[in-house]
Amino acid sequence: MSNILSVTIFLPLIGAVLIATQNAEAKGNARWIALWTTLITFAVSLLIWINFDSSSAGFQFVEEYNWLGPLKYKMGVDGISMLFVILTTFLMPLCILASWQSVQIRVKEYMIAFLILETMMLGVFCALDIVLFYLFFEGGLIPMFIIIGVWGGKRRVYASFKFFLYTLLGSVLMLLAMMAMYWHAGTTDIPTLLQTKFPPEMQWWLWVAFFASFAVKMPMWPVHTWLPDAHVEAPTAGSVILAGILLKMGGYGFLRFSLPMFPNASADLAPFVFTLSIVAIVYTSLVALVQEDMKKLIAYSSVAHMGYVTMGIFSATQQGVDGAIFQMLSHGIVSSALFLCVGVIYDRMHTREIAAYGGLVERMPKYAFAFMVFTMANVGLPGTSGFIGEFLTLLAAFKANTWVAIIATTGVILSASYALYLYRRVIFGALEKANLKSILDLSPREVAILAPLILLTIFYGVYPSPVLDVTATSVKNLVENYHSAQATAAASLTTRGYQ
Amino acid sequence: MIYAAIVFLPLAGALIAGFFGRAIGPRPCEIITTSFLMIAAVLSWIVFFQVALGHQTSEITLMRWITSGELDISWALKVDTLTSVMLVVVTTVSSLVHLYSIGYMHEDDSRPRFFAYLSLFTFAMLMLVTSNNLVQMFFGWEGVGLASYLLIGFWYTKPSACAAAIKAFVVNRVGDFGFALGIFALFFVFHTVNFDTLFTAVPTAVGKTFNFAGYDVDILTTISLLLFMGAMGKSAQFLLHTWLPDAMEGPTPVSALIHAATMVTAGVFMVARLSPIFELAPDALAFVTLIGSITAFFAATVGLVQNDIKRVIAYSTCSQLGYMFVACGIGAYGAGIFHLFTHAFFKALLFLGAGSVIHAMHHEQDMRAMGGLRKKIPWTFAAMLIGTFALTGVGIPHLTGFAGFYSKDAIIEASYSAATPNNYAFWALVIAAVFTSFYSWRLVFMTFYGHTRADHHTYDHAHESPPSMMIPLAVLSIGAALAGVVFASYFIGHDQKDFWGAAIFTGEHNEILHQMHEVPEWVSYSSFIAMIVGFAVAWVYYIGAPWLPEATARAFKPLYLFLLNKWYFDELYNFIFVKPAFALGRLLWKGGDGAIIDGAIDGTAEGVVRVTDRVVKMQTGYMYHYAFAMLIGVAAILTWLTYNGLFGGVLK
Repeated sequence: MSNILSVTIFLPLIGAVLIATQNAEAKGNARWIALWTTLITFAVSLLIWINFDSSSAGFQFVEEYNWLGPLKYKMGVDGISMLFVILTTFLMPLCILASWQSVQIRVKEYMIAFLILETMMLGVFCALDIVLFYLFFEGGLIPMFIIIGVWGGKRRVYASFKFFLYTLLGSVLMLLAMMAMYWHAGTTDIPTLLQTKFPPEMQWWLWVAFFASFAVKMPMWPVHTWLPDAHVEAPTAGSVILAGILLKMGGYGFLRFSLPMFPNASADLAPFVFTLSIVAIVYTSLVALVQEDMKKLIAYSSVAHMGYVTMGIFSATQQGVDGAIFQMLSHGIVSSALFLCVGVIYDRMHTREIAAYGGLVERMPKYAFAFMVFTMANVGLPGTSGFIGEFLTLLAAFKANTWVAIIATTGVILSASYALYLYRRVIFGALEKANLKSILDLSPREVAILAPLILLTIFYGVYPSPVLDVTATSVKNLVENYHSAQATAAASLTTRGYQ
Repeated sequence: MIYAAIVFLPLAGALIAGFFGRAIGPRPCEIITTSFLMIAAVLSWIVFFQVALGHQTSEITLMRWITSGELDISWALKVDTLTSVMLVVVTTVSSLVHLYSIGYMHEDDSRPRFFAYLSLFTFAMLMLVTSNNLVQMFFGWEGVGLASYLLIGFWYTKPSACAAAIKAFVVNRVGDFGFALGIFALFFVFHTVNFDTLFTAVPTAVGKTFNFAGYDVDILTTISLLLFMGAMGKSAQFLLHTWLPDAMEGPTPVSALIHAATMVTAGVFMVARLSPIFELAPDALAFVTLIGSITAFFAATVGLVQNDIKRVIAYSTCSQLGYMFVACGIGAYGAGIFHLFTHAFFKALLFLGAGSVIHAMHHEQDMRAMGGLRKKIPWTFAAMLIGTFALTGVGIPHLTGFAGFYSKDAIIEASYSAATPNNYAFWALVIAAVFTSFYSWRLVFMTFYGHTRADHHTYDHAHESPPSMMIPLAVLSIGAALAGVVFASYFIGHDQKDFWGAAIFTGEHNEILHQMHEVPEWVSYSSFIAMIVGFAVAWVYYIGAPWLPEATARAFKPLYLFLLNKWYFDELYNFIFVKPAFALGRLLWKGGDGAIIDGAIDGTAEGVVRVTDRVVKMQTGYMYHYAFAMLIGVAAILTWLTYNGLFGGVLK
């Protein structure tokens, strides 16, 4: 049990090595090994969740080894990171299944890239050392970059280059900030850094540097334009990982670094984040309304949904942060599912153009049902997982600033508009296009992929406690520390004023 | 247990019909969902006698829902008099509509889907009315919205049905925007969303202000107005009414259940349920009265000239909902709910009757192509007549009458004793009552009297509907005839205080339910006179001098067109909301994302490419640039750290 985190993180890597030993012609082998590896990883990660003590705010399952010189290999999870680990291990087998038939070239390399990606992403959520975090954080982008660049669509080079450019600036700044933190605190250990009080002026610079990196990952407006292109060019499973997990790294980063380590800067800059968040919600929702490509539409809707996340995080209340985490997890399920839904018809018709469809419900009732569930979750219908996060973050935003809450709440009108408009154009209407007349409904494999997502969407909408219970204590601790830091800062300001 | 059965039987029916409909076929689906609903209806009446007449209110918690900090929401079933009234209305009408649909929809291939939606709707509506907190109420609220969306768009191959479905959902979302903000504000001030704790805490906020959107405003007034915005959306009140007439694209049983008897009354239920809040916010109540009066009047004017039989009834519903809101606005919640109760019976009756007419006429809905049907479908005619009697409030003053005679007239009298400025509410309702009587009789005359305007084939083949459709009509006819006389004393009469118990809160000085019995003599005759006038004019126009309608329309052409086009609200909203939203979206996409943001990025990209090409001289592909940059980064940090580790002491 003591090494269970490392086992989970590196199992996929072992699978990747195993696949590497296979003959390149044996596509089936690569697929099956990848599937079994991800399934076992998922099972092992469930053990972590079962044994997780949600009454404790600290890090659990901590492992620590000396590594390179002063660098340590240190892993652990708390209530904030726990469920991102599960989300990652859960989505992976679905990605492998989704690529079963749609990927026919370089299957072996494809599977290896995905398994390495899984290790990297798990590492990000478990790393308790900033260098380690940085390595996983940046390292995870390489397989993603390759997945888009090799198995992507026509403009894949443009998309991956854009992705690269955006990320580069943020990464460099984050690296500098990490150096500065080490310089100041003398350690790269995250639990220790969480206790370190950085001087307010320094917090500002560190905050901005980290923000540059995380804002791109979220992505926040106006650094979001890489996302629609990346999604459009990525293969279906790539989109799933991109929307489901990679985007969560930004939000996770805010929760792990910005808010607890630089609380004073976070408080000062919260209005700035709120502004970007509500612009994102309104702006990208309007843009989503006029999209002609299904994946682009969902990508823009993702940006809007991430707006709720940043808004919730920087409201720095229990409901806001709980809601932000929930929203990220729910979005991980729902937007992944929507991309999978697009993948289903893309595999059949080889187009993502909305206008090429219409009336699919006639031939594909099962598909129409699945798509309806996810559409409703996307618009935040109560009873689906999409509602909980949206509701909690808005509730928290109201406390922080009523204007922010009012503008952000218009998102519920806009999301209904673009999502239902999409559904209508694809699923409803008369089935008139000749090439659609023989389209087939979901295959058993596709049902196996979408069914768990439907169940989770509804289960967590009706009974979100398994998630909220896990996050509660850690978030409470985070919020309390944040507010005591504000109090200290205010007190020192007063004392200085008296002197 | 009995409560859980009422609420979850429809859900079970919906799941069975929805998931196994294809496997078990349409007939078993119909039987299962309908019988489940009938059981629920019987149980609801039992609960009604226990709770409303026996005063056993109760509340059971089913399971935790959302817990976060001080926010603690559970799934619960709260049953008091108000809820039990709604249970009876919802399950009774729903079970009859299920039964009716077996006949009405018998030619449709998607019957399992239809019955699944109907039962799903019923479940959501029951969750709404049994909630003990605002968020579960919101769940039911949006749940019925979903069901309504699915049912309006049931015939999805019709573009008009799809458009109407989206419109209904989105316009409701506009209302829900306010509802949600109201919930946030309540939680912000009182740290709870549960009714009981909320209602105890509310009086402490009387007269206090908070900062909302930069202004210092009265807490309770602001919150009440925000919540009422939700009610305006769901109950299709003036400004947010545009979706309701279009919702008639759905099958007729849907219109009867959702868009007449139950869902659209949710707003009225909400105001009554939250009476402890509204009652302490007189300014908000004044606004409720205003909107109610305007809607009652406005919708009635539009109803005067519509030619689609369902649209006439739809506008009538809109107008009658206005009456209910006026009742709530002036503090006569009991009268509002009473009208909700009786209206459910007679309006469902009118819609199902209209459905029977449409069924007989092979899906013809235009009244201009009807006429002379009373001999062809006498039973439907009788049912429609009873519905019209109930709606227009036929009765003998001071003695007895049909349902509307009790409930609608009570609201009109109460509106007089409420003494709104210049008695505007009273006059709006009386004039609306004249219009109501006119359009109702116009409908009857155009459909059933005179020579037929239908083509021979349709007219000759017009036939009475099957028993599955006629039984619901008969049951509802009894309700429309007797609901008033039987229940008036409980809802608004001598026993009202006892009947409502703690379910409805009225302020200390709110004696409106007593005062309404003490209005001047002429006021108590006013609605009777309005009913007679409307009938007389309709008779002259459509029986006595059939050339008059056209002549009037020609003489007052601008006014006629104004009414016919529903005061041009659709055009207006299209012009100020829909088109600009799309235009703005396109502008932000092509201009903002495309030209500005990507322009900058691509510019930088070109620069970088030029530089890297020269410096790195590596043209194997962009991926390597990135990997290279990363490698440099990692190398840098490692070097630096190692160096620092070795000489750490020195540097510090």
